[in-house]
Amino acid sequence: MSVPTLLLQIDGQPVRVKAGSSVAAALRLAGGMGVARTSVTGQPRAPFCGMGVCQECRVLIDGRRRLACQAVCTEGLRVETSE
Amino acid sequence: MHAEVIVIGAGIVGAACAHALAQAGRRVLVLDAHIGGATGAGMGHLVVMDDNPAELALSRHSIAQWRALAPRMGEDCAYSACGTLWIAANEDEMAEAERKQQRLHAHGVDSRLLDAPALARAEPALRKGLAGALEVPGDGILYAPNAARWLLAQGGASICVEHAKVDAIEDDGTLQLADGSRRSAPQVVLANGIEATTLCPELPIRPKKGHLLITDRYPGTVHHQLVELGYVTSAHHSDGDSVAFNVQPRPTGQLLIGSSRQFGTTDPAVEAPMLARMLQRAIGYLPGLAELNAVRSWTGLRAATPDGLPLLGKHPWREKLWLAVGHEGLGVTTAPGSAHLLAALMTGAAPGFDAAPYAPRGLPETA
Ligand SMILES: Cc1cc2nc3c(=O)[nH]c(=O)nc-3n(C[C@H](O)[C@H](O)[C@H](O)COP(=O)(O)OP(=O)(O)OC[C@H]3O[C@@H](n4cnc5c(N)ncnc54)[C@H](O)[C@@H]3O)c2cc1C
Ligand code: FES
Repeated sequence: MSVPTLLLQIDGQPVRVKAGSSVAAALRLAGGMGVARTSVTGQPRAPFCGMGVCQECRVLIDGRRRLACQAVCTEGLRVETSE
Repeated sequence: MHAEVIVIGAGIVGAACAHALAQAGRRVLVLDAHIGGATGAGMGHLVVMDDNPAELALSRHSIAQWRALAPRMGEDCAYSACGTLWIAANEDEMAEAERKQQRLHAHGVDSRLLDAPALARAEPALRKGLAGALEVPGDGILYAPNAARWLLAQGGASICVEHAKVDAIEDDGTLQLADGSRRSAPQVVLANGIEATTLCPELPIRPKKGHLLITDRYPGTVHHQLVELGYVTSAHHSDGDSVAFNVQPRPTGQLLIGSSRQFGTTDPAVEAPMLARMLQRAIGYLPGLAELNAVRSWTGLRAATPDGLPLLGKHPWREKLWLAVGHEGLGVTTAPGSAHLLAALMTGAAPGFDAAPYAPRGLPETA
């Protein structure tokens, strides 16, 4: 039996994940370090605590700033990692 | 280093004192225990306050000094000349805005009144129906921990900073350190904030706890530091818990939201009911805040004196000891003016304004 999957967009790129995945997991699947944002000093930041405490995984999800580790992927979600 | 002055505490006040003393030609040793304090916890707003003439004189002179220093300060000090808008919610508060403008004008501080449409144009994120505001363009903000480090670095070889905790001040003014060693100098400045009473229990200082919260980056949401004009009545002249609307746009695009005041606690925990009250108040002025993401909230302790003015000057009976404590919620603003006065008193120079209102008071006459 195949696991249901979802298609979402990360910075305009299509990414397919298993249903139930967190956005943090999707960032990792999208490649590299799973960078979520860039700090004020220009350093890349990635999910760290995985439980909503460190605030390092902030991304724009459908235009709203949220924590990638606390957001579950849905079909057609648009994620932006710019800031 | 053979120090002529020892400063206890490297918060914004201790750093400013060391800086001013070094400028006056003194060799200064700064001792700091790295236990942190209000400088790392506060809002870093540079605001002219006019609750009384002494507060106005000290904040006005201090802001002039900050403005003079600002062009040389590093970018990480995050100085921004954003100015303050004192928001009037109704006609009574608008009348207070006018009185405030007259008081500031009488002391040469620039400000201008905004009517309701002008306020809405200046800060479209504010809720509709506010009466107006008083804009004080000379006010600003900075990031106090880095400003403190910058002030110390300006001293060059004249300022030496040592990581050490002072455990006691002996009768002859010698300092006992936690590692068992001692330090002494002809003059000692006590500038360790809320911890001052652990070394001098006789000081009339009590903690006033405050909550702050910072959001994620939303550049351009607000442009000025925004404070409710009710601030003075809601937060200052009361002994009970209080909150007031106070929002600051950080250069990063984050919004720093304050503020609360509580007596009778030194518990650093963030208290959800108090935080909720504070945020409700803020959302009442800036409804859009409810949609934003908060990143962190924390608390700090202000060192409050009974009359709200700092204690600046010679300790009445402790040998060699000078006081620079009790700056409450205005110590970042008033650090340079406080340091200027204290350094003048300590070196026998004439201060640029009257030091009398801040002279140590409310202490027993002798030990
Ligand atoms: C919530 C909040 C909001 C605020 N907002 C503003 C604002 O907008 N504008 C403004 O102007 N002010 C504001 N303040 C007030 C301001 O932060 C303080 O008045 C100011 O930081 C006090 O500085 P300080 O150097 O006296 O003390 P602190 O910053 O507390 O520094 C004391 C230093 O002494 C050291 N120390 C303590 N004990 C010892 C010891 N035994 N031996 C050696 N070292 C020791 C500590 O490590 C610390 O570095 C706010 C404060 C709070 C809590
Ligand atoms: S990874 Fe720490 S808050 Fe999301």
